[in-house]
Amino acid sequence: MASLKELKDRISSVKSTQKITKAKQMVAAAKLRKAQAAAEAARPYAERLETVMSSLASGVSISKDTPKLLAGTGKNQKHLLVVATSDRGLCGAFNANIVKEARIHADKLKAEGKDVEFYLVGKKGKPVINRVYPGSIRHHFDTSEIKNPEYDDAKEIAEDLVARLEKGDFDVAWLFYSKFKSALVQEPQTQQIIPVPVDENADANSKVAVEYEPDEEEILSELLPRNLSIQLFRALLENSASEQGASMTAMDNATRNAGDLIEKLTIIYNRSRQAAITTELVEIISGAEAL
Amino acid sequence: MALNFELVTPEKLLRSEEVHMVVVPGSEGDFGVLERHAPVMSTIRDGAIQIYATPGATPEMIKVEGGFAEVNDKGLTILAEKVVDED
Repeated sequence: MASLKELKDRISSVKSTQKITKAKQMVAAAKLRKAQAAAEAARPYAERLETVMSSLASGVSISKDTPKLLAGTGKNQKHLLVVATSDRGLCGAFNANIVKEARIHADKLKAEGKDVEFYLVGKKGKPVINRVYPGSIRHHFDTSEIKNPEYDDAKEIAEDLVARLEKGDFDVAWLFYSKFKSALVQEPQTQQIIPVPVDENADANSKVAVEYEPDEEEILSELLPRNLSIQLFRALLENSASEQGASMTAMDNATRNAGDLIEKLTIIYNRSRQAAITTELVEIISGAEAL
Repeated sequence: MALNFELVTPEKLLRSEEVHMVVVPGSEGDFGVLERHAPVMSTIRDGAIQIYATPGATPEMIKVEGGFAEVNDKGLTILAEKVVDED
């Protein structure tokens, strides 16, 4: 049995851990509200852009001049996996879930004989991916300086991706992030971002003669990079909301566990203290009786 | 008689209201949009959107940078990349 002193130290150490997890939980709860509002505010734009995109993309026939973002490079060999994670820990299985999703996909692609490379956003996915797929990380986009993701950050990533596509670094790009459903539920998502997946059913209701100004191709070539930035922006926002949600839940659990542990340790502490007192009393009494 | 007008930026839905007319700074020239305008899709250049709440009213100006305007049977939607000090 541990000595009283040891128990006391244990209790105080668990107590200070609990303080940390509780603080982190409260911070996450406050940040969550903000991140969630940002993610929700960004939805209308993404939704509207999506409708515009699909009505436009379904109307354009694919030719040699069609932008690569829509038509692809014509090959399907090199896949780039854009994995967006957070920069901080203490958020439960949040990052692990995203990385797991990416690994499943990467293994599937590898089994099909494709080349797989990674483009990381946020640093928490790096160690795992580096270990499992050594040397396949193409680029790491550092987001540690970014507190709240802004559109310009997403744009920067998008421009980088487009430049890489033009260079022929990859043929198909996938995006991995976590979709925010609620503070308790975050769903890891796999999404093809390059080339843009065209919804085959979309052209049914786009029969209205629309005038394009300038012409369709020019609009498309301007709209496609923007669409990419928006998808990335949305991923970043969803991710930050998810991170805070996951963090809040994880820290809530941790705080509760710490509370349970403190309770248990306190009982043990009191019992052994009681036992020590009893032994002492017995010793004194039997000593007095012997006289 | 009203035009359903929406102004959206990547950050948020800025406006969603019924107005009389909106003058859009299209990349190939300004164009005014009234109710029941023919469907148009246009890129926009950096400039000011003029919103006329009622006929003859002083237009409200919102400066935008880059984006798209789409007119369909539901109304006018402007997807602006950036809005410069909206007020």
